[in-house]
Amino acid sequence: MPRRPALGSRLTLSQRRTIMGYIFIGPFILGVIFWVLIPALVALYLTFHSWNLISAPRFVGFANIEALFRDPLLPQSLKATFVYSFVSVPLGLIFSFFLALLINVRIPGIAIFRTIFYLPSIVPAVANALLWSWMFNTEFGLLNVFIRGLGGSKIPWLQDPGWAIPALVVLSLWGVGGSMIIFLAGLQGIPDIYYEAAEIDGAGRWAKMRYITLPMMSPIFFFNLVIGFINSFQAFTLVYLITDGGPQNSTLFLVLYIYRSAFTSLKMGYAATLSWLLFFILMVLSFIVFKYIGSRVYYENPGD
Amino acid sequence: MSSMDTASEQAFDVQLAPARDRRGNNDLLWRWLTVITLLVMAAIMLMPFVWLVSSSLKSQVQIFQYPPVWIPDPIRWENYSNALTYKPFGLYLRNTMIIVTLNVVAVVFTSSFCAYGFARIRFWGRDFWFGIVIATLFLPYAITIVPSFIIFSRLGWVDTFLPLVVPQFFGGGAFNIFLLRQFFRTIPEELADAARIDGCTEFGIYWRIMMPLAKPALITVAIFTFLNAWNDLLGPVIYLRSPDNFTVAAGLASFRSVQDVSWDLQLAASTAMILPVIVLFFFSQRYFIKGIVMTGLKG
Repeated sequence: MPRRPALGSRLTLSQRRTIMGYIFIGPFILGVIFWVLIPALVALYLTFHSWNLISAPRFVGFANIEALFRDPLLPQSLKATFVYSFVSVPLGLIFSFFLALLINVRIPGIAIFRTIFYLPSIVPAVANALLWSWMFNTEFGLLNVFIRGLGGSKIPWLQDPGWAIPALVVLSLWGVGGSMIIFLAGLQGIPDIYYEAAEIDGAGRWAKMRYITLPMMSPIFFFNLVIGFINSFQAFTLVYLITDGGPQNSTLFLVLYIYRSAFTSLKMGYAATLSWLLFFILMVLSFIVFKYIGSRVYYENPGD
Repeated sequence: MSSMDTASEQAFDVQLAPARDRRGNNDLLWRWLTVITLLVMAAIMLMPFVWLVSSSLKSQVQIFQYPPVWIPDPIRWENYSNALTYKPFGLYLRNTMIIVTLNVVAVVFTSSFCAYGFARIRFWGRDFWFGIVIATLFLPYAITIVPSFIIFSRLGWVDTFLPLVVPQFFGGGAFNIFLLRQFFRTIPEELADAARIDGCTEFGIYWRIMMPLAKPALITVAIFTFLNAWNDLLGPVIYLRSPDNFTVAAGLASFRSVQDVSWDLQLAASTAMILPVIVLFFFSQRYFIKGIVMTGLKG
């Protein structure tokens, strides 16, 4: 007697499973088709066309790609994006690891400190932007109030092309709570027995850090590094609101430039070409990170 | 095991020689150093919040006073009512809540549905598709901005909530599928087998057994979906044109483009936008932490 009637009885168990499987993951597959595959094809189409949204798209061959090399703003935009990423990501890693070490102690009330360090990272980007525009205000902003109080001179944070990126880096450091929590979870996952064994062998604080904590945490450093680069290369909302790319295009990050090319200059073809450029940069960067840093990561259970 | 491992073991041996002594004093000192550093860092991290609230309650005269005062005198509560009526924030809040609610419903249901398939059904091609899930985790969203806009404008969806809502119904994001799949895999398979023997279908198992058991993970997903939708600016800026359709984030952002909005109002409105997030955080701390740890979400 077949357990299931009708359709089920004519199919094998594995066929039935496959049908059920695809019904369950169906929404995801459709999502990939609609919101990844089709956009990718549209972007490919746009790359070879010139289109201002109003008149019909015009085929231009490789003109958009050639335009990349002649665009005077692009080197500036790339430089701003790279400088910001390569400064903010490593500093953010170090700072969030430092905070994670601090809150990984057993003292009463530590939960309050964990909350305080984490909170900035959930502040909505728009509110964050307004708050920090005020913090960086040259005359009355809190940072310059402190700097002047300590006898320094006012820093024109958002007016000077040389200070705008440092300002954004300071802001990014305030919001490292997310990676801090990931580090904390990693630290708490290191078995106590390792430290106990090391202590019996006479290892000091520094030796335990160097030979247990850091190697055990290396996969998490790696993870936070990759996520950090992916996020920082796509920074948009904060620069859009705080500096709007200025002063003198010193913070014209790539995504902001894509946004402007598409929605201000209405150069859809060129904007799509810039998107591909961003994609390739992140691909190459991920490749380098995986090849040169990923191979140095220590995994406790390889192949797990 | 890698050569790295043996290398660090050898290096470790070298370190064993120096003996420790007077550990007790050293430990106490270290503890105090930690506490002091904690307090200093906490003060630094909290300072912008205190400064924000303080500035948001100042008069226009006092906000431009040097050296600044920390406690406003007089305390101007009316900054808040002025800021929130300067633009129709009631309407913006309504728009935001529509988008947020639809996002949360869409993501919770479709991501758990897909996650069940990945976690509990063994079928041909599953590993391939799960690989695609992982790949889209790393897909930079920024590269689809332009083509997505073209597609949505062709569909006539610009200046509606549809571009901000409909995509969420298709899997609800790789992060959430990944998180829920991990969670589903921790639920004992025997529960599902018992239900199968009783004649329960896969849909029944998903809906009546897995969903109730996965409540903590589902709440985590719901909270992060809420936050993302509440905080999102890029989507509203691209797709919402008429001010009547603005979200809270878009409304607050429009303060920046109007030169005559004074700092006290900008900061009062910012505080008002942060407040619900902080309240949400205090009521659901453990879900936040769980979500962060399980997905590594948010940079």
